[in-house]
Amino acid sequence: MTHTTVPLTRRRAGETLRRDAWWIQPAVVFLVLSSFVVYATWAAFQNAHYTAGPYLSPFYSPEIFGDSPHAWFGPKPGWWPGWLPFSPALLILPIPGLFRFTCYYYRGAYYKAFWADPPSCAVGEPRKRYLGERYFPLVFQNIHRYFLMISVVFLGFLTHDVWKAFWFTNPAGGVEFGVGVGTLVLALNVVMLTGYTLGCHSMRHILGGFRDQFSLKPLFRVPYRCSTCLNAAHNRWAWTSLLMVAFTDLYVRLCSMGIWVDVRIL
Amino acid sequence: MEATFRIWRGALGSGTFADYRTETSDGMVVLDAVHDIQATQAPDLAVRWNCKAGKCGSCSAEVNGRPRLMCMTRLSDLDLSKPVTIEPMQAFPHSRDLVTDVSWNFRVKHQIKPFTPRTPDAADGTWRMQQEDVDRVQEFRKCIECFLCQDVCHVLRDHHLHEEFVGPRYLVYTSALEMHPLDTQERRDELRKAHGIGYCNITKCCTTVCPEGIQITDNAIIPMKERVMDHAFDPIVKLVGLMTGKVAGP
Ligand code: SF4
Ligand code: SF4
Ligand code: FES
Ligand code: FES
Repeated sequence: MTHTTVPLTRRRAGETLRRDAWWIQPAVVFLVLSSFVVYATWAAFQNAHYTAGPYLSPFYSPEIFGDSPHAWFGPKPGWWPGWLPFSPALLILPIPGLFRFTCYYYRGAYYKAFWADPPSCAVGEPRKRYLGERYFPLVFQNIHRYFLMISVVFLGFLTHDVWKAFWFTNPAGGVEFGVGVGTLVLALNVVMLTGYTLGCHSMRHILGGFRDQFSLKPLFRVPYRCSTCLNAAHNRWAWTSLLMVAFTDLYVRLCSMGIWVDVRIL
Repeated sequence: MEATFRIWRGALGSGTFADYRTETSDGMVVLDAVHDIQATQAPDLAVRWNCKAGKCGSCSAEVNGRPRLMCMTRLSDLDLSKPVTIEPMQAFPHSRDLVTDVSWNFRVKHQIKPFTPRTPDAADGTWRMQQEDVDRVQEFRKCIECFLCQDVCHVLRDHHLHEEFVGPRYLVYTSALEMHPLDTQERRDELRKAHGIGYCNITKCCTTVCPEGIQITDNAIIPMKERVMDHAFDPIVKLVGLMTGKVAGP
């Protein structure tokens, strides 16, 4: 590319003539995201109180190995090394975790909040060197679409958990249909996660964004439009679904601990 | 009501802020105040403008630290109890006062492979397009080349990677060509290498400042990042392409 004629000057870190409280947004992102990571990590290591009645916490679903009746293959396998902490959540949480970590929206948000790159728009940066997502390591953010694909499968498991949350064990030992507040919490969680996942930028690309002519392939028209519509509010879906998934775990946890009592509606 | 305008004065990068007090009235925009100051106190003040209607993209500057069109920034939206700062864009070489040399942008534009339509659909040399196929591209055609997005983009503004990154304006331009239903050119290799799309870290400052409300990051840059991923990295897309004998495209 061609040379500029007068050398440009660099602003100092944090230097700006902006008058508004530009630091509030990154500060809130920093607080909410770090609180979520701390809570999710703590909850994942508990290996306890992740089921209550027919409910299973989304942090522990699918439960591949574990002690609850939801486990696919029974308890912790014998070959699991003794020195390695075990929890059903640790086996699966990296998938939704990395799905969110590589999400285009979160990337933009945490580059600002955690890495000050930039601290906010038109505010001077602390570092001179910049590689962006062009080189190692951040070029690996491009694998987002694979985490999307696995997350879609996970969404199927979570939907199945909602179905199971409709079937309660009655005092006689039989199984009966019912609806508890927990059923609604689990269902709302799946709605939020679906809105987040279907509005994903990679999803929008797969559902037709890669095409130049929708008129030639009308099958892509409606899916692409729906994804585009959700995508326009992807940031809001990202935050609400993040808070909802943490709340769902908390709900199941507190019910399991007996601190909250799940109310049966039906 | 009188208000103070703190305007950058100087040439070729060096200079200082100078304060001017002037009378303001209802409905005034920042460019009006600058013109008043120019007419009454500082006849040598350099400012670039043309339409005063937010359509020519000439009057770009930074008002209270934010990249804005001066003609579209109402004084009623600013806090006039404090001096209003007006400085030239920071991502381009400074010429004089509020004027910068934006010619780098035009040179970049020349490096992008031009529109290359398929052979005409009709015998009279014309084409047929469906509205739904050009909807996306029409958003990008609203661009007035004000270069505010280039100015705020930290890759250019803070890291000065003008040699390696074309900036949001030209990623919008390339997207408009790449998504065009008639275009047959392949630009994904350039997007990745010469145009440096990977430098964009999707922090969306360009979208925030665009006076035309173009969703630069969501509708232009990210879809291009996805297409570059198909083209350059994704083994699954490559495999499907090999098996079907087709490459993903129109
Ligand atoms: S989103 Fe990308 S192009 Fe836009 S300002 Fe941020 S880094 Fe620059
Ligand atoms: S995309 Fe928007 S901000 Fe950028 S040059 Fe065009 S009109 Fe200006
Ligand atoms: S872009 Fe946010 S989930 Fe894919
Ligand atoms: S003078 Fe034309 S956009 Fe402001």
